Amino acid sequence: MELFTPDFGLIFWMFVGFAVLFIILWKFAWPVILKTVDNRAELIDKGVEYAQNAKEQLDNARNEAQKYIDDARRQQADMLREADKMKNQIIEEARGAAQKEAQKVMAQAKLSIEQQQKEAEAQFKNQVSDFALQIAGKIVKDRVSNDEAQSQLVNTYLDQLENKN
Amino acid sequence: MTRILKIFLITVISVFVGTPATLASDHNGDEAINPKELIFEHLGDGYGWEAPFQHHIRIPLPVIVKASDGFHIFMSSKVADGKIYKDGDVEFKIAGKDSPYKGKVVEIRNGEEIKPSIDISITKNVAAIFVSIIIVVGLLLWLASYHRRHPYKTPRKGLGAIEALMTFIYDSVVKSTLKDQARRFAPYLLSVFFFIFVMNLLGLIVVFPGGANLTGNIAVTLVLAILTFLVTNIFGTKHYWKEIFWPDVPLWLKFPLPIMPLIEIFGMFTKPAALTVRLFANMMGGHMIVLVLTLLIFIFAAVNPVAGGATTVVSVLFSIFMLLIDVLVSFIQAYVFTMLSTIFISLAQEREHKAEEKHQKETEQQSASSKSAVTAVTVANN
Repeated sequence: MELFTPDFGLIFWMFVGFAVLFIILWKFAWPVILKTVDNRAELIDKGVEYAQNAKEQLDNARNEAQKYIDDARRQQADMLREADKMKNQIIEEARGAAQKEAQKVMAQAKLSIEQQQKEAEAQFKNQVSDFALQIAGKIVKDRVSNDEAQSQLVNTYLDQLENKN
Repeated sequence: MTRILKIFLITVISVFVGTPATLASDHNGDEAINPKELIFEHLGDGYGWEAPFQHHIRIPLPVIVKASDGFHIFMSSKVADGKIYKDGDVEFKIAGKDSPYKGKVVEIRNGEEIKPSIDISITKNVAAIFVSIIIVVGLLLWLASYHRRHPYKTPRKGLGAIEALMTFIYDSVVKSTLKDQARRFAPYLLSVFFFIFVMNLLGLIVVFPGGANLTGNIAVTLVLAILTFLVTNIFGTKHYWKEIFWPDVPLWLKFPLPIMPLIEIFGMFTKPAALTVRLFANMMGGHMIVLVLTLLIFIFAAVNPVAGGATTVVSVLFSIFMLLIDVLVSFIQAYVFTMLSTIFISLAQEREHKAEEKHQKETEQQSASSKSAVTAVTVANN
């Protein structure tokens, strides 16, 4: 049974052959192959990790951006509201100021009208008193020429005065 | 689909034309068929390699023997067919059937057959080893050159298949068992895997570049197992050696009578023995089944031509089936040998128990899965 009894020649050549095979592969094949395979595995692992990180960051960035947008919207609304308020206030103020001014102008106008009226009245009075004096002078001139009439007049006035008191 | 058809046709043709034809041409005489002798002739080694489809023509291979007066080198064709070759003062021939050195080159001195002290002839098996080495080295250098040119690219097609095979063994066997030591032992383990795989496949090819029953020869598997044994023990840690000579057991088991150390030392040698026999027996078994199925045709044909015809159909179908199974077995056996080698090496890489327990917890799941794979494969093969 040759099969079950190892043959020396075959063992010898198998040792030599495997040694040659192993040395060649160990020197020229396996370092390169194993290095690239390991590197590639590492690269793939890193790539996956990087992609996951990137996705996370993207999500974060998206959330952040949304937050900023919301913020901006809120600010915009606030600003619009503020502006509206300010506008109303300004209009209100302007209106108030205008009213005040108008009142002032009106008051002044009234005052000047009153003054003018007074002046006109005074003038009128003066004129009337002038006319009255002239008329009175003329009447007095007419009347004074008559003694009787004179004393009659004085009496009348005196009566009047007496009645009043 | 056409490719599968082609492969199928080639298989059928090689079975039809190859084995039966050569066997038939070998035994067209009237002599009775001796199945045992035929089977062992086909499983065994020989000087010279049969030419394709021509069993009588043998490709001559160099015979290297150390006779009584030193080394002699001559071609095997000189001693073929019982011829006697005279080299210098010494005569050589291949020992006949009745000789104790049957089938070996012997020196004839004073009419007596003397076995040469050293016979390192390039026999059929040795030549097949060289062919396997050339194929393995060629394929892997091709892969390496691709990797040198494209550091971050995965090869496609044929080279991709080699790489897939390599990464499969590297990732699922070597890395998952040896962890951080993987890079250190991967060159040996992967070389062994590819070598065994190619030898297995070459053994399945019926004609010339194949046809040698390499891994079904105990010398080949013995060398591989011895190499694993050497790697295991040379690179074994202090803890591994302590576990062998002073294991962690009650004192009475190791002090007056070193029972446990003896068992451990015995275990050191049973591991390579198991490796040797497993690969050898599995591969030889596969070859033998195909041979027996083929021989059935001739046995039945000798009894009755009709029975022979019927057996032909059945035998050929079964042979094809068995050869296809053997392709699977070729891979599985190479895988199992590599995996067992990896496990033996990793067992010798043990750390202290505390450190190891910590380490083991992390890796429990992976080792559990690999162990179940081992049992599944073992069951499938036995």
